[in-house]
Parts: sequence; C-alpha cells; structure tokens
Amino acid sequence: MLRPRIIPCLLVSNGGLVKTVRFAAPKYVGDPINAVKIFNEKESDELIVLDIDATVRGAEPDYKRIANLAAECRMPLCYGGGIKTAEQAKRIIGLGVEKVAVSAAAVETPALIARVSKEIGGQSVVVVVDVRKRAGIYEVWTHNGTRNTGKRLDQAAEEAESLGAGELVVNSIDNDGMMQGYDLELARQVRELTSLPITLLGGAGSLDDIGRLIDTCGVVGAAAGSLFVFKGAYRAVLISYPNRDRKEELMRRVAVRA
Amino acid sequence: MITIVDYGVGNIQAFLNVYARLSIPAETATNTQALQSASKVILPGVGDFDEAMRRLDGSGMRATLDDLVLERRVPVLGVCVGMQMLGRSSEEGVLPGLRWVAGDVRSFRSTSSTEPLAVPHMGWNDVRPTPGNPLFDGLEADARFYFLHSYYFQCDRETDAAATTSYGADFTSAVNDGNIFGVQFHPEKSHHWGTRLLHNFATL
Repeated sequence: MLRPRIIPCLLVSNGGLVKTVRFAAPKYVGDPINAVKIFNEKESDELIVLDIDATVRGAEPDYKRIANLAAECRMPLCYGGGIKTAEQAKRIIGLGVEKVAVSAAAVETPALIARVSKEIGGQSVVVVVDVRKRAGIYEVWTHNGTRNTGKRLDQAAEEAESLGAGELVVNSIDNDGMMQGYDLELARQVRELTSLPITLLGGAGSLDDIGRLIDTCGVVGAAAGSLFVFKGAYRAVLISYPNRDRKEELMRRVAVRA
Repeated sequence: MITIVDYGVGNIQAFLNVYARLSIPAETATNTQALQSASKVILPGVGDFDEAMRRLDGSGMRATLDDLVLERRVPVLGVCVGMQMLGRSSEEGVLPGLRWVAGDVRSFRSTSSTEPLAVPHMGWNDVRPTPGNPLFDGLEADARFYFLHSYYFQCDRETDAAATTSYGADFTSAVNDGNIFGVQFHPEKSHHWGTRLLHNFATL
C-alpha cells in the first residue's frame, strides 16, 4: 500500500533554520545540518528544505549549502528557493537532491515548469504555491507572502499539472505557524483540483491534525514545520518526529477512509 | 570494489554515503578505465529515459559495461531509470535500452485501473520479494522503499521479476536475470531497508 508521507519542512534564512508565523517573524531554531541528522535517525519519510531569502533577494541558490544538505540527507530531499531556470534545477539535481521546488518563478512564468520537467524529468519537479484565503477564494502569493499574483489556486494547480510537474505542494499562509490544524477545506479543494500527488503545508499542531488531513485526502503528503521543531505551549525548540508505531496508526486511517 | 557508474545522472553521493557507513569500499567511474576494475556495478538514474540513455552513450562507457555485464558476468544493479534502462524500450522515449533484460517500460498513465491513479507514483510502498531472492535477504517480511516514477518495467518472463508492488495494479518493482538486478525504488534513500538491500548486493 502506498502510504501518506509525513514530511518535515525546514525553512532556511541567513544560513540558519527558522520558523515563521503567517510567513512573518522568523524565529531561529537551529542549524539545518543538525536537523537533517536528527531526521535521519528518526527515519522521516522525506524532507523539504526551502531557502526563504533567495527569491526576495534575487539571489542564486546556495549550491554549497545544497551539496552539504544532500550529502547528509538519508531520505528523499526536496529543495526550493530562488530557482528561476532549468539549468539551476539541473545543477541542484546533480548535487544529489531528488526533487526541486519551483514557486514564485513558476507562478509568474508557468512555461518554466515545462522547461524544468524536460530537463530533470517531471517526477522531480515540485510546484509550491502559497495561498491566502480572501472572500472564500484561495489566492496565490509569492515573495514570502508579500506579493499578490492575482492568480487563483485552481489556475496554478491546472498549470502545474498540464505543464508536467510531479507534485503540488500547497502552503496556507493563513495557517502557517498557527499550529491549530490544516485548512481542511483547502485540502479538499486541492484534492479535487489535480490528479498529481499533493502535499499540504501550514497549520499542523499535533499528529491528530495529520490524521485529520489523511481522513480528508487519503494518500497525501502532510508537511509541517512548527510541529516538528517546537515542543509545548512556550515553543521550546525540540526536534521531533512520530515513531514507527504512531506513524502506522496514522497510516491506518487511509484504510478506514477507503 | 563496488563501482557506481557516474554518467551525469542520479544521486551518486547517496550511494557512496551508504557504503561508507557500511565500511564497504565503493568508488565512482566516469570513464572506461575506472570501470575495468569493478567487481560490482551500480547503474543509477533519475529523470528522462532518452536523456539517460544519451548520456550513457556519450560517456563512452557503454561498450565496457556490455562486456562487464554480458561477458564477464559482473553483478549489476540498475536503480530507478537505471532499472528501466535494462530493458529494450520505454514508452517515455524513442531510444532503445541496454537490452540486458527481456522487457519494456510502460507508463502508469496507459495502465487501466479501477481508481484514478496519481502519477507519478511517489512515496513509500510495500515491496513483496520473490522468495529466496538474495537481494532481499532479511527483507522478506517487511520491505518498504521510496518510489518516485511514472513508468514501470514489464518483464517478458515472469521468472525475471524479483519483487512486486501494488499501485492501482501489481507491477514489477525489481528484476533479476542471472547477474543482472534492477530496482524501481530508491534503496539509497530508503533508510534501513535500503541499506540492507545495498549491503545484500555488495555481498552477493
């Protein structure tokens, strides 16, 4: 049985690991390589690492950092942040990364999705869209939630699939860092919008929130930041990941759903 | 010596890391000379089938690989697209494969299924090995690996299938014909299960 994926999502800023709330107030939570080592030990399903500085600064991806991360990472790694060309994506894949995430550049210039897919194979192309809900409509924002693209989620999802992406990651700006659960209405819509593998990000505060996402979507990627880096009401930094028994319990919710 | 064919495709470093942790000597080969001393060969691969075949042809190592695998019977393990390259052809492209294992590569999209299938097949799935296959020694009861692919290998002969996985329908997730092995999943990124499989390959 194909299982839902439980995916820590790590944000990198100024070389450190940070966690945001509603895309603002980044709090330093540690060293990225150290976090990767811990998730190796915990046998995490996958890992997403996003450089949140690159696009807003117009910077080139930090290839040295990516090589270091990839060399350390014993699980499939998805890397994103500032990728604007197929050549950059290809170079990143060559460093030992399984999947490359494109976001702002792909929303602005959808043809990029097709170019990157042709270069590295569609299965390795992840389109990440950051959405904010306004008047019941999910709008796509870029540049860490500062730029409204005027595009709707359904348009971005259609472009991702028709231009050959391999996965759609949808990140709720409203729920980011709130730890009060995924936006399940958003999850339902994403599931309906595409036949690509999907991953939801933004809002998970407990493993039960992941369970509810699985109840809603079945086989899905459940990504989370805060949940796996904070502990307790005071948000002490402690990296965690569900153990095998706890994970199997969550996986069984797919079978119940079916 | 385990030699990983470095023709510009696939996650070479991940294999080196696994073997370093296992204290098993492994090296990469970018040319014929480096390939000559191989006692085991890993053919990695990600991405597009034709692109991978073109790069392997362009690497100048193809004739030596044919000699190693078909004449000297050195064990070889194709991984992901590296497994798909073992066959005759792929629905993903127009170039012929290595023709080491009798079979062709098909698309999940052209496979009929009772439910709409998300493509690519992405994530952790169960792998049911053919009993007694040495590649899966110790993994018979609980084998789970990471998959990331839109195409799968279809063997002419059922006896060449070394493992089966279910996605919509059953498909062949590993092949084995004599000294030739292939796995559709990524053992180099499959935690302790993958480490065990790569250890098994090294000790064949």
